[in-house]
Amino acid sequence: MSGLERAPVAGASQTFADTILYVDGVTVSFDGFRALNNLSFVVAPGEMRAVIGPNGAGKTTFMDCVTGKTKPDKGTVLFRGTTDLTKMDEAAITQLGIGRKFQKPTVFETHTVETNIELALAGNRSVFTSLFWRPGTAEKARIDEILEIVGLSDRRTMLAGALSHGQKQWLEIGMLLVQDPELLFLDEPVAGMTDAETEQTAILLRRIAGKQSVVVVEHDMEFIRALGVKVTVLHEGSVLAEGSIDYVQADPKVIEVYLGR
Amino acid sequence: MTETSSSPVPASTLGTPRSFVARMDTGGRILLVLSIAAAFLVPMSNAWLPASSAFQIPTWVLSLLGKYLCYALLALALDLVWGFCGILSLGHGAFFALGGYAMGMYLMRQIGTRGVYGNAELPDFMVFLNWKELPWYWYGFEHFWFAMLMVLLVPGVLALVFGWFAFRSRVTGVYLSIITQALTYALLLAFFRNDMGFGGNNGLTDFKDIIGFDIQSDGVRRTLFASSALSLALGYVICRLLVTSKFGRVLVSIRDAESRARFLGYRVEHYKLLAFVVSAMMAGLAGALYVPQVGIINPSEFSPANSIEAVIWVAVGGRGTLYGAALGALVVNFAKSWFTGALPEVWLYLLGALFICTTLFLPRGIAGVVPRLFKRFDGGLVGLISGLWRRPKEDAR
Repeated sequence: MSGLERAPVAGASQTFADTILYVDGVTVSFDGFRALNNLSFVVAPGEMRAVIGPNGAGKTTFMDCVTGKTKPDKGTVLFRGTTDLTKMDEAAITQLGIGRKFQKPTVFETHTVETNIELALAGNRSVFTSLFWRPGTAEKARIDEILEIVGLSDRRTMLAGALSHGQKQWLEIGMLLVQDPELLFLDEPVAGMTDAETEQTAILLRRIAGKQSVVVVEHDMEFIRALGVKVTVLHEGSVLAEGSIDYVQADPKVIEVYLGR
Repeated sequence: MTETSSSPVPASTLGTPRSFVARMDTGGRILLVLSIAAAFLVPMSNAWLPASSAFQIPTWVLSLLGKYLCYALLALALDLVWGFCGILSLGHGAFFALGGYAMGMYLMRQIGTRGVYGNAELPDFMVFLNWKELPWYWYGFEHFWFAMLMVLLVPGVLALVFGWFAFRSRVTGVYLSIITQALTYALLLAFFRNDMGFGGNNGLTDFKDIIGFDIQSDGVRRTLFASSALSLALGYVICRLLVTSKFGRVLVSIRDAESRARFLGYRVEHYKLLAFVVSAMMAGLAGALYVPQVGIINPSEFSPANSIEAVIWVAVGGRGTLYGAALGALVVNFAKSWFTGALPEVWLYLLGALFICTTLFLPRGIAGVVPRLFKRFDGGLVGLISGLWRRPKEDAR
């Protein structure tokens, strides 16, 4: 794999063997606008990381690059230190074990809650298997387990479209968890949630952290504080600062970017 | 599909082992029962009842009904891709017409020496054009089995190639509709040309025999009607099996949130492609049954207006219900036959008004309204009849 040959040169000081996600020197331009500018970013196995940044900082483009929606112009994106993600499409990357939640909660509204989870179950995704596939006992138990985790057990036969905004967010997180991803991207998981829902979501995420690596993109500072994890600040397509929430909030560069000159 | 009833004790409905019929919706059962019953009863009435009887169905009505059934099958095919996968094809008439042409070519070869020019090998229009030998793509069409294979294969392969490029390039929504429209228009223009070898603007007509029987005879008319009704039933069962499988649930997911389906790891284009190919083959079969019943196939069958009319049938009947699509095709075509006879100048306005009113007031079509009306008369005759099949938990789709 060509990514393997390139990577040691590009990331001279980094060891990428024990990383779950290794991003180095990634640049993406849209019509001359540099959405990502030589971005480097490393996530360790089991780590939870928060990514913040003002609008246009490149947060979504960064996720697009890792999940196969956008191909970087240059740079390295390695999964588990060996798999080059820049050569794969969304479906293949998802099947590798990288899940992604969208900013706007996106569930299958005319399916029931449990069918939503069922469709997300890990397994063969080919057309011809789908013609004859039926959930067995193990699958049903797994669906029950996930519904329990995201707190939607008593709404399982409801249509997903009838759920509240917060419940849709949890359902979508449940759809990712059921796939047992090694790496999970959550784009603004608490946007539009009430305070109580935000708190519950933080509890939910802390519960799953450790088993999975999670990257949370958020604007809500209180929520990130509640998560209590390392924070990466993006600005104009590259990393501006990295550290604990108190550390980055005290950083004069971060203050300038967030509050203006 | 917008039932929001949440029972107090939610029980999982996943994979509950129930028979195919038990899992069927009431409308679907009615369609299936009626089309199979019609396949036998209508020809029997035509054959055995005296012409004086009020229940005797004359042959011309039989052929007219058979034509409607072909339209219903086309509507069903369209609903599979539009209603369940969100692919609004404005070119399904092309698959219908291709199936029709494949059947027409077989029927042309059956004419043999009985043509005006008496040429055993060449159809009349080729003799007229001074052609000396049969073009290679007419080879094999003298065999019924070969023609039937082509009825399915030609639309299927076209859908496969067209769909492969369109879906892989992620052409969706109105852009996809426009290129399907362009596809049927391009075929319309191509088939108009005499040197294409499909009879130019006259098309293929003046058929004599089908598998050795006189195509004008009442017996063949009855057989064609029964075949159309049974094909509709079979098409319904195939579609229903597809949409109630996991494949169907993935299709609906693609319709509702394509990117979510893709980011769950589904190769969206493969799912769309299978649905599109199956649908095109069904449309081809509908066309093949249509041609011997109307006695002609010409390029006007490719006209974009035909494909759009099929979309109106599905919308009026109720998109995404299958039985609604078939119902819509029957209702609109009955209305069309009646109005074009009684008030011919009004029909096109009425069709337009029907589409607008359906979109505004009945977004779920007839299939969305009728069950609600029946619920008001719960316990009445219909409730009693449908209750014979109904299980405690009505299907959860």
